Amino acid sequence: MSLLRRRKVSESKTTQVPDPDEKKPETHKPEKQSKWSCVDSCCWFIGCICVVWWLLLFSYNMMPSSFPQYVTEKITGPMPDPPGVKLKKEGLKAKHPVVFVPGIVTGGLELWEGHQCADGLFRKRLWGGTFGEVYKRSYYSYLYIVASAFPGVEPLCWVDHMSLDNETGLDPSGVRVRPVTGLVAADYFAPGYFVWAVLIANLARIGYEEKTMYMAAYDWRLSFQNTEVRDQTLSRIKSNIELMVATNGGNKAVIIPHSMGVLYFLHFMKWVEAPAPMGGGGGPDWCAKHIKAVMNIGGPFLGVPKAVSGLFSAEARDIAVARAIAPGVLDQDLFRIQTLQHIMKMTRTWDSTMSMIPKGGETIWGDLDWSPEEDYVPNKRKQTTNDTEDESSESITKINHYGRMISFGKDVADADSSKIQRIEFRDAVKGNNIANNTCRDVWTEYHDMGISGVKAVTEYKAYTAGDILDLLQYVAPKMMERGSAHFSYGIADNLDDPKYSHYKYWSNPLETKLPNAPDMEIFSMYGIGIPTERAYVYKQVPSAECYIPFQIDTSAHEDNKNRCLKDGVFTVEGDETVPVLSAGFMSAKAWRGKTRFNPSGIKNYIRECDHAPPSNVLLEGRGTQSGAHVDIMGNFALIEDIMRVAAGAKGEELGGDRVYSDIFKWSEKIELPL
Amino acid sequence: MASILRFRKLCFLEPAKCSSHDEKTKTGENKLYEKTDKIVANNTVPLEQNPKKKKQNRPPKEWRCIDSCCWMIGYLCTTWWLLLFLYHCLPANLPGLQIPEPPGARLRRDGVTALHPVVLVPGIVTGGLELWEGRPCSEGLFRRRLWGGGFAEIFKSSRDHEDNHKKSILLPNEFHNIDGCDYPRTTSSKSSPMCWLEHLSLDNETGLDPPGIRVRAVPGLVAADYFAPGYFVWAILIENLARIGYEGKNMYMAAYDWRLSFQNTEIRDQSLSRLKSKIELMYVTNGYKKVVVVPHSMGVIYFLHFMKWVEAPPPIGGGGGPGWCAKHIKSIMNIGPAFLGVPKAVGNILSAETKDVAFIRAMAPGLLDSEILGLQTLEHVMHVSRTWDSIISLLPKGGESIWGNLDWSPEEDHVCNSSKYHQNLDTKSNQTDGRRDTFQVHEPTKYGRIVSFGKVASELHSSKLTSLGSQKHESLHTATHTVPRAIASCGKPWTEYDEMNRESILQLISEKKAYTGNTLLDLVRSIAPKMMKRAEAHFSHGIADNLDDPKYNHYKYWSNPLETKLPDAPEMEIHCLYGVGIPTERSYVYKLSPPGRCRSIPIQIDSSADGSQTGCLKGGVYFVDGDESVPVLSAGFMCAKGWRGKTRFNPSGISTYVREYKHKSPANLLEGRGLESGAHVDIMGNVALIEDVLRVAAGASGAELGGDTIYSDIMKMSEKINIRL
Repeated sequence: MSLLRRRKVSESKTTQVPDPDEKKPETHKPEKQSKWSCVDSCCWFIGCICVVWWLLLFSYNMMPSSFPQYVTEKITGPMPDPPGVKLKKEGLKAKHPVVFVPGIVTGGLELWEGHQCADGLFRKRLWGGTFGEVYKRSYYSYLYIVASAFPGVEPLCWVDHMSLDNETGLDPSGVRVRPVTGLVAADYFAPGYFVWAVLIANLARIGYEEKTMYMAAYDWRLSFQNTEVRDQTLSRIKSNIELMVATNGGNKAVIIPHSMGVLYFLHFMKWVEAPAPMGGGGGPDWCAKHIKAVMNIGGPFLGVPKAVSGLFSAEARDIAVARAIAPGVLDQDLFRIQTLQHIMKMTRTWDSTMSMIPKGGETIWGDLDWSPEEDYVPNKRKQTTNDTEDESSESITKINHYGRMISFGKDVADADSSKIQRIEFRDAVKGNNIANNTCRDVWTEYHDMGISGVKAVTEYKAYTAGDILDLLQYVAPKMMERGSAHFSYGIADNLDDPKYSHYKYWSNPLETKLPNAPDMEIFSMYGIGIPTERAYVYKQVPSAECYIPFQIDTSAHEDNKNRCLKDGVFTVEGDETVPVLSAGFMSAKAWRGKTRFNPSGIKNYIRECDHAPPSNVLLEGRGTQSGAHVDIMGNFALIEDIMRVAAGAKGEELGGDRVYSDIFKWSEKIELPL
Repeated sequence: MASILRFRKLCFLEPAKCSSHDEKTKTGENKLYEKTDKIVANNTVPLEQNPKKKKQNRPPKEWRCIDSCCWMIGYLCTTWWLLLFLYHCLPANLPGLQIPEPPGARLRRDGVTALHPVVLVPGIVTGGLELWEGRPCSEGLFRRRLWGGGFAEIFKSSRDHEDNHKKSILLPNEFHNIDGCDYPRTTSSKSSPMCWLEHLSLDNETGLDPPGIRVRAVPGLVAADYFAPGYFVWAILIENLARIGYEGKNMYMAAYDWRLSFQNTEIRDQSLSRLKSKIELMYVTNGYKKVVVVPHSMGVIYFLHFMKWVEAPPPIGGGGGPGWCAKHIKSIMNIGPAFLGVPKAVGNILSAETKDVAFIRAMAPGLLDSEILGLQTLEHVMHVSRTWDSIISLLPKGGESIWGNLDWSPEEDHVCNSSKYHQNLDTKSNQTDGRRDTFQVHEPTKYGRIVSFGKVASELHSSKLTSLGSQKHESLHTATHTVPRAIASCGKPWTEYDEMNRESILQLISEKKAYTGNTLLDLVRSIAPKMMKRAEAHFSHGIADNLDDPKYNHYKYWSNPLETKLPDAPEMEIHCLYGVGIPTERSYVYKLSPPGRCRSIPIQIDSSADGSQTGCLKGGVYFVDGDESVPVLSAGFMCAKGWRGKTRFNPSGISTYVREYKHKSPANLLEGRGLESGAHVDIMGNVALIEDVLRVAAGASGAELGGDTIYSDIMKMSEKINIRL
């Protein structure tokens, strides 16, 4: 730096040279005119821009910080008090310690040891936070490539470090990426994109601070048991909860898991009471002693269909839409980066994604002809008031076959089950390895399938939730082999079977009992009112050489008010990621009262948040009444619920259930012995 | 900085030439370069004579001044970017710029891997603090750092650079070279820096949070890895530990609020309980491997306190039982330990100034005292820092038997400028012989007088001191306005000086001219009675006669190594790692400050006092060997003598090791703050020290490291100290 500065000084000295014309402007004038060359005008242009930029920056910085708020209030009227302020006025005070359990993707990861290409990124975030370092890094490496025409030096560095070993599901050798600890782990995902920050800020208003709040950060790429094996994360959570309960006068903890954190905490509750070698050895009443309430936010108890498309073709609706808008961009081989393939390679090494494969099979998610949500009408709640004529013809004739989670071709998705001819794929022989050497660097298992394998998959036509498991088993045997050692997706017939003490069942609510803690309360809080992915229409990609052979068929589209097929995706009520069924079923039915899944009769409450998009995106940001999967963390109603419980309220004092969706009706339809 | 200013000036000269044309841009520019306004004003006067002429003569496509201005900026920006780009394209391992291999990488090749979990205990000032609840003026700073880390947020909110800049020099009594860092320089002030100070203060009465404000320690490794951007504290050590396999699960930063007294960190934040639980957890999850603790600076006495606390029974202690330390701790690697306190703390408490401030005052008299900015920097600093109990924990402990009395001190034959002295000795032996004789003829430096009023008082023999009092009385207060200090117009008093009147201070000073380790405490008590009352409930500075006296079970004795026994853990090891070879403050010459202003601090270091016979007096401060903050005596005595073998302070005979690191200034700029530095904070980047810590963490014992490494006279000094062991 000092070197650079010195250079600058010398420059300013050299520019002093034309300064003499300050004294005799007349004589030097002709000379000056001739200097106005192309380079000069370039410099002039840059200078102009810089000056304007600085001026703007300056005036921006000079602006009083309350200015945006002032403008907002002028336009939309006074903002409601944030719940923290409101409740503080009511006299609420911090009572129970609070534990946050972040979900997949939102937790930060940082580098502790890496390859050469990651030099200088030590303890910098590879994931979450700002991504700033990563961007900066790849920006320079990009420049570097362009400048020196070295092909492919660094762009894959990041992917390499984020991937896990595909045999063990743990660190690849020479790389250590670890979760960021503390509240900073998941308060913001990217600059300005809050996850937990709003909730934390509001809790702080009624007196919470570091000693009464704990972010149970874990490496969300690992399978749940592996976080304990590698990082002792579960032990750490246990010890921290014990410490917080002890130092806060014996007040039990309130746990707030979000998204996949919900499953992680289910796993934790079983782990902590299990005996020592495999479990935490806390004894059978650990949960009763330490936990007051579990407030699940957007919990994918029974999995999310999104996980299927993610694993199957590395695309979710967002990517599918991008593909529909700009075909070719994603498939292009620009810079020899096969974006989707690399994403797939990376995500397939993450065991945790497999924890979210739909659980409960056809009993829960429906079969070829039936599904619990089949009568769902997308705009129903908004229609009921004015629309009467629409009820007549179409909506009765065509019901959504949500049970067919993957169907090949739109006609298959609509056809009656008797008309679909399915050819068994499970025993089909995979073809020769068609992959040539160019594909070798990308590991997706697809090039082990061969053409006949791909064909066999398409000919089965329609897959239900049960079939999906076999499909993934067939398509990605190695990955599923790794995953099935850690997760299970069935429904238990007999929960007392000793096999269910194995840890792979712990994160599946349909194969475990809740702990024996009758005073504990479970809340299922989730957003509704946003179309959520539920089933997919797929197509086969013709030349499946280096590409993923299947794609969501974005041409499958139906313009019908009562049908929910858009861009090859059937949508249903939910919070954009988790369908209502997955988030609410356990609390609405399976755990309600004393059931075999809930032997001690832990009280369950459903608190839904109806989605209302922010009236003014620019000023309100992501809204205070949002119901979207992550944005819900800024929902005032939800925050208020959490704060009241943290300050000591019980479920009944909040007002019991608050339900807008058809979750109870749909749960009725599911026949599950309780 | 000067170069930038010149550049700014240059930029501005050109629009000034034809200011009449571009009024608009000029106003814009004006805002940007408010600072340079004055310079411009000077230049515009002669230039404004011929603007009209120029206007007429100018052809339409002329190189107008706004253009040239833009051109210039563009030109500079482009070259800047180009250089930046080149700099980033520079391969990291350019031949010639070869950075030496970090010790972690080297040890890893030797097969050293992570074994024992490591606990890092930061010292005073270096730990980060963040805001959890504050007054309206701090809006938007929620969970932002008020202290440490980037300081970026503070600069954003309270823009007054001057003030902050000074503060960061002054407040920390260990940090001063911080002003080497470049801070963003902005002149606008959005919200008052007073807001910042208000939030950093604690309550005067309780020593806890003032109502409505909650400032808490930043948890985790980020708490103290960097103090300011680019200014590492623990970062390098952490990085090297990571290279041999350490990570979040076996490394823990015991962050605590360093402003509080040690027991209060437990009362308010349960920091001690948390530390205990973390150590137990790491012990269990890492295969029952004992913990290596690495405290730094004040963290050393914090951890002493912890060891007593954890074994004490529950109401005031942690209830770990008498075997807790033996079971959980393998060794303690004290870095730059301030076991017996630091004289710097005295300067801080009496007049909120240390060597660095005194130097500034000497070089630019009037700068600090002037009220240009309407600020009374030092007074503010004192107001804030006096609410921090922890500073009291750093006052010299052990009184006269350790720090020396009026005529004697253990370091008295220390020779300053020793390096030059030895050089001279080698090269020009005949010349220096004479000089050396003069050295020996003169009386040794009287370090024992930690505070003396007037240079004379610091040198005279003790028998003559009493008579000096009445004689010197007149000359000391040159302008004798005996005004009661708390004048109504001065408003609310800030420091306790405001509640005293000048008379009583004068009387204090005239009564006694020199204060030793014993009487110093009385001086502080009489100057700041409330503060001492508050703090002395938490700290004690004496030497125990009988350690079995039940009164020593009180927590106020736990952080004083001379009033506690080490835990019963014969297998534990204690290392004292510290730098030597840097002049370190040891005692001060004070004078009355010019009277008159409201709220001013009545005494200040007499920076005119210079050059004693041994050359150890500079700017009113006597220096000894040390690491710039902690004198060797304080850092090494316990390991060298107080705990060596089986003593009453160390009944189980824990083995102690002294590891000194000789200071070497960085050879070139590339090395940054030096790989062999011995300075109090920079030593955390010392390669040899890091290697020692790594080896111990990987399982080595003190004997395997090579036992003691000693460069200073610590053994000789310790010999001279007569305390019962």
